[in-house]
Amino acid sequence: MKKIRTIIGKEWADMRRNKLVFYVVVLVPLLMTAIPVVMLAIMGHVGVSQNDMNELGRMLDNPLFVDMSPIEAMQSVMASNMLVLFLIMPLMVPVTIASYSIVGEKISRSLEPLLATPITTTQLLLGKAFAAAAPGVVMTWLSYAVFLVFAYFFSVSTRVFGIFIDPMWLIAMFVLVPLLTVMAVAVGIIVSSRTSDPRAAEQLGSLIILPLMVLYIGAMAGFIMLNSTTFWLSSLITLLLDLGLGYFGVVLFQRETILTRWK
Amino acid sequence: MIRTERLCKYFQSNGSEVRAVDGLDLEVREGEVFGFLGPNGAGKTTTVRILACLIGITKGRAWVNNLEVGQVDLKIRAQVGILTESPGLYERLSARRNLEIFANLYDVGDVPGQVEKYLRLLGLWERRDAEAGAFSKGMKQKLSVARALLHEPPVLFLDEPTSALDPEAAKTVRDFIETLRGQGRTIFLCTHNLDEAERLCDRIAVFRQKLIAVDTPEALRRQLFGRQTVVHLARHDERFAAAVRGLTDVKHVDVVTSDDGGGKLVISLNDPAAQNPGIVQTLVGQGAQVQFVNELRHSLEDVYLSLMQNGAAPGGGAQ
Repeated sequence: MKKIRTIIGKEWADMRRNKLVFYVVVLVPLLMTAIPVVMLAIMGHVGVSQNDMNELGRMLDNPLFVDMSPIEAMQSVMASNMLVLFLIMPLMVPVTIASYSIVGEKISRSLEPLLATPITTTQLLLGKAFAAAAPGVVMTWLSYAVFLVFAYFFSVSTRVFGIFIDPMWLIAMFVLVPLLTVMAVAVGIIVSSRTSDPRAAEQLGSLIILPLMVLYIGAMAGFIMLNSTTFWLSSLITLLLDLGLGYFGVVLFQRETILTRWK
Repeated sequence: MIRTERLCKYFQSNGSEVRAVDGLDLEVREGEVFGFLGPNGAGKTTTVRILACLIGITKGRAWVNNLEVGQVDLKIRAQVGILTESPGLYERLSARRNLEIFANLYDVGDVPGQVEKYLRLLGLWERRDAEAGAFSKGMKQKLSVARALLHEPPVLFLDEPTSALDPEAAKTVRDFIETLRGQGRTIFLCTHNLDEAERLCDRIAVFRQKLIAVDTPEALRRQLFGRQTVVHLARHDERFAAAVRGLTDVKHVDVVTSDDGGGKLVISLNDPAAQNPGIVQTLVGQGAQVQFVNELRHSLEDVYLSLMQNGAAPGGGAQ
């Protein structure tokens, strides 16, 4: 545990002093939180026509919105779709950190002395993974808390606000977000240990967002119904992916390849 | 302390096999400073990486501190300190933080105590809270020397410790390595700097994929060039050389003349201490004015270049 804690402490100390990574960790979640807040505020003040309601018809089949006024339903639907942004957040932050975690060490040539210490690959990767994952999860939860504060004021009714703390959101935030973060970190570390350029590592790692973008677009278009079941299922799939990626992360981390093939 | 048996390391490059180390047999004794010399690409760093359990062995076996490489790598890493060619520090972190991280990774008992000890020993204590990135090259190298020693390893691998340093910084690092000699550590020093090897090493190995020669610098000199005495004469006369050639046990005499009429006799012999008095006596008897007598000492560079071009001397050299 001591060695894992040491790696985590080192990563965080280094991260605090790396302006690029620090801004990504802090600013990206804040900007992404602003989007649903603004949507919520705007939707609370615009009129909703019958035409709008017809277009939202399929989404309004969701039992969540039954008995809501058109303006409540509209606000709830638009803001709920923004839930996906909170799921993208724990992917973007750790991928950036994890992409720098191995490649950055290689560039600064600090990886060889580190690998020469009596630390196992599992300890090293666990330390780096936790160091990258924790800020992602914490920033997502903080952003969610900030969103809830604004949602309390901008929601047109308590029924709308209630949606943001219903089981679907809570499952997403407290089950799916940590699992997605682990997945992002595992992908970031795998990509970063197979690439020698941090920008390439970050770009490749960012591809992990694609499946969520499909979910987002599907939800916006009304093709995918976001509810508790969807999120439990997503959580289960993500958990399985995490286990697989974690295993491959350790297997694919070849000290020799990293030391001898990277120039 | 360090031993290799037919150690081989092959890499695949563009579909072909590159032999970085090919059948290395080596034995480094406990407490000695062992110089590992060879040209760029000879396989020195690869050998160090194998012995520090950073990369695997293709064929053969190796032991460090009586532990077999590939069997108990974590134990070996805990007993080995390594100074890589570039310092590889966490440049955004302070000197002290850099050392604390490695002290924890090496399971050092008294982390603050050891960190302070080495920062003071290497003259970095006053700058302990400065970012390592703000240090000069020499200071960075000193910090990485401290990092390699924090856990008091019995075996130390130093890969080109002074190659990127200015003469002053290089001298500081060399002086520090010299102080380590007396501490009973086994030091495996890869270097291009032959003066450094001469000054620091008990024995040297000359290596290019395979071991070419291994011995003390002095023994290698003798094996390659024999022993030679140079006699400086105020006036050259061919009779003097002829008289010396007539002496028993003198192998060879070369004459070097100078424009002012003086000359030098370069005499190859077996035992200068025993033979020099007789040579001087003979020359004086022939009327020669002997100015100086000294032993011709070939530089380690001469030894190295000769070994690179011609291989080991007959009957000596490589184990």
